Amino acid sequence: MFRITKLLLFSLLSFSVVAENTIDNAPELKDIFYGESLFYAFQDKHFDAISKLDAELDQYYALDNPSLDPFNQHINHAEFSVGSFELAYRMHQRAGRAIKSIMESNLNQKIRNEAAFRLAQIYYRKNQPGNALDVLEKIKGEMANDLRVDEIYLRAQVYISTGKFIEAIKLLKSIKNEDKYRGFALYNLGIAYIQNNEEEKAVPALAELGQISSDDRGVLALKDKANLTLANRMLEKESPQQAKQYFSRVRLNGPFADRALLGLGWVNAKAGRFKKALVPWSILQKREITNEAVQESMLGVAYAYSQLHYYGQAALSYGKAMDSFGYEIDRLQESIKSVREGKFLTAVLNKQSERDENWLHNLRDLQDTPETRYIMSLMASNDFQQSLKNYQDLAELRVRLSYWLATLDVYVELIEIRRQYYEPLLPVVEKQFKKLDARIRLRMSQRNRLDQRLKSLVIARRPEYLASAEERGMQDILATQELYLSKKPQKYTAEVKQRIARLKGVLHWNINEAYDDRLTNAYEQMQTLDIYINKLKQAYQSFVRTRQAATQSYEGYGITIRQLKTKIKENQVKVDGIMARQGRLIEAMAVNELERRRNLLEEYQIKSRFALAESYDRASKKQQKAEEEKIKQKIKQQENSKKSAEDKAPVEEIQENKQEQPSKEQPSQEQSVDESQGEKTGENVQ
Amino acid sequence: MRKLILALFTVMQLISFSAYTADVTKEQIKGLDEQVQDIKNDVIDLTAGLLQLEEKLLFPSNSQFALFVSLADPEGLRLDAIQIKLENKVLAHHLYTFRELEAMQKGGVQKIYTGNIKTGEHKLVISYSAKETIGGVMKRSANYTLKKGVGPKFVEIKIGGPDAGSQGLEFKDW
Repeated sequence: MFRITKLLLFSLLSFSVVAENTIDNAPELKDIFYGESLFYAFQDKHFDAISKLDAELDQYYALDNPSLDPFNQHINHAEFSVGSFELAYRMHQRAGRAIKSIMESNLNQKIRNEAAFRLAQIYYRKNQPGNALDVLEKIKGEMANDLRVDEIYLRAQVYISTGKFIEAIKLLKSIKNEDKYRGFALYNLGIAYIQNNEEEKAVPALAELGQISSDDRGVLALKDKANLTLANRMLEKESPQQAKQYFSRVRLNGPFADRALLGLGWVNAKAGRFKKALVPWSILQKREITNEAVQESMLGVAYAYSQLHYYGQAALSYGKAMDSFGYEIDRLQESIKSVREGKFLTAVLNKQSERDENWLHNLRDLQDTPETRYIMSLMASNDFQQSLKNYQDLAELRVRLSYWLATLDVYVELIEIRRQYYEPLLPVVEKQFKKLDARIRLRMSQRNRLDQRLKSLVIARRPEYLASAEERGMQDILATQELYLSKKPQKYTAEVKQRIARLKGVLHWNINEAYDDRLTNAYEQMQTLDIYINKLKQAYQSFVRTRQAATQSYEGYGITIRQLKTKIKENQVKVDGIMARQGRLIEAMAVNELERRRNLLEEYQIKSRFALAESYDRASKKQQKAEEEKIKQKIKQQENSKKSAEDKAPVEEIQENKQEQPSKEQPSQEQSVDESQGEKTGENVQ
Repeated sequence: MRKLILALFTVMQLISFSAYTADVTKEQIKGLDEQVQDIKNDVIDLTAGLLQLEEKLLFPSNSQFALFVSLADPEGLRLDAIQIKLENKVLAHHLYTFRELEAMQKGGVQKIYTGNIKTGEHKLVISYSAKETIGGVMKRSANYTLKKGVGPKFVEIKIGGPDAGSQGLEFKDW
């Protein structure tokens, strides 16, 4: 029994760890797309969060210089986030690989310590405490402040699982007052003491937890669990008074209330206080009939009545219990049949549209049908919950794959429409573009030549380059005249020669004199030209981009889409196969559990049947005895008062009394249940 | 022949029955869980390829434009609804669920719209309604001139916070 208690304790321990959330709030955002993936993660849409963050990480690592990207500021947080999302999406293998790569990187020690902590968490959750311990040993130096307590708590849990109880106790004592692990640390401390055979220290630790005040639902549930555990332990140690005290501390509306009420009843029954045992059992009897404790309490109530010698009431209670058990057996049979027909899985998937973090609890709100009636009883198993979550994830994957397949068909159509539109247009556009392209290139080269000449003028003064067309014409005329003069000097007078020289001088003067202004003007003209050239470039680039986009809008997708379609179809086959196997597994687990419950009820029914017969027997004997007593008394009275009279008593009168008495006896017994009765000990029905 | 069919039927019945009555082992659960993890892995990788294709096909980088919504002051107000108009036409309208709001309060950013737009200036009008912590309902509206260049354009609409204007909105180009 105590071993079972320990197993229960451990199951709760692991639950507390799984419930932990590693990503609570976003850091200050430097990359908007990281914020987008967090938006999905915070809504528990882990698939979308992982897909988006993975795409971001892929893009980041594909960059030539990732350190310049804004995402660089989130990279460490993002690497952990993707691991955390993968964990939440129950992808332990992938999460482990991602985190291991950080651990083995050259990042700073604090980050590697954090990676080691996360990896140890994964190993611990996967029930591999040895590996978890090895990884924790790799933590060197200090942990980040926000993880210091988490690391101590995890280390303590790992120590408990690997049998290092003294080390675990030391660590848990140091954090038992930390807000984050309030209650959980105390609980584990109690476990560590028990495992270390120090029960005298375990009891105060659990008792302290049992009286803790908190508003946190998790802590309150843990508090109830601690009280229940202690109470059961006290029952084993034959200390009913203490057991009663611990049972009484369990909240009436908590998840362990039913078991506490049942236990409280048995404590009183064991002590022979059957009337007091009836109080919690009567409360329990009014609760959900599918609950195992409620069903057991029905036997308990009847048993208590029989021990109080209310055989009539006991018989009635046994009868009622038998009717209920019979009805529930039929319903369980119906449920088993319904589960085998696949209706359970359909019902669960129908509820999927309302998925949120409490979807498991929300399954309670399913319509009362045979396939869903005992669902909460099934949910008690962690394996069942995990299998059901996997099944739902697979159903979601199936929907996604179907969506993408349909979407790809739409894309194929879209591409074909684009092709039909652009293909006739593009050759005409291309022809015009080639003409324009040649002209643009010519103008661009002219502009570049001018630009180079202006730049050379800044280095070396060349006024003749900036001479006007008129001046250049005049220069040509004067040069021609000089040529003639040199060939036939006899035809020109000295005055003509002098005039040519003067005109050349004037022209030279004018060109040199105006050079600075002309150079400035040329630069200004070049700047104006550049404005138009820039507009031309923009138009040109925009045209090139548009032409490219038009081509890319329908070219080069064929192979990609075909490959993606093939992959989708392959994955659809895989998902269908795994989903069918997962479904069969869930149904087998459900049927096993339902059959166990049915067998239990059949056992209860047999016990009730025997007990009912016994109660009838005792009730009739009691009644018979009472009647005999009454008859004897009556006869005696009659004999005394009418000693002298005739001995003949009216037989009819006695017979009338006989018929009236049973109906009178019953109310008198009902009334006495509320009164103090003699308490007798009795055997446990169980 | 009938006997053979009957025998086969019996065997089939036994097989199907044994599927339900057989004990489910930890190894079975673990093995199947690993297969589920593998297929999740494959579908996530496949989805990344599909998303890239979708973006390339529907939202080419030269015309891509996306709007994001975030809360600057998570405690200050409870966002109910938002409407975004582009050139006086409704571009997006969204009513917030509790979970979405909670995600934004924790720092998540909602991508409310992705589409295509021409280069140049465009007028955006953002209207939202929210409940204040003190109990009142507030309705605000603000304009924003969006300048779309050659590359993709991403604008964050931040609601509330100390740097928000009189209409409680702040815009950030990413």
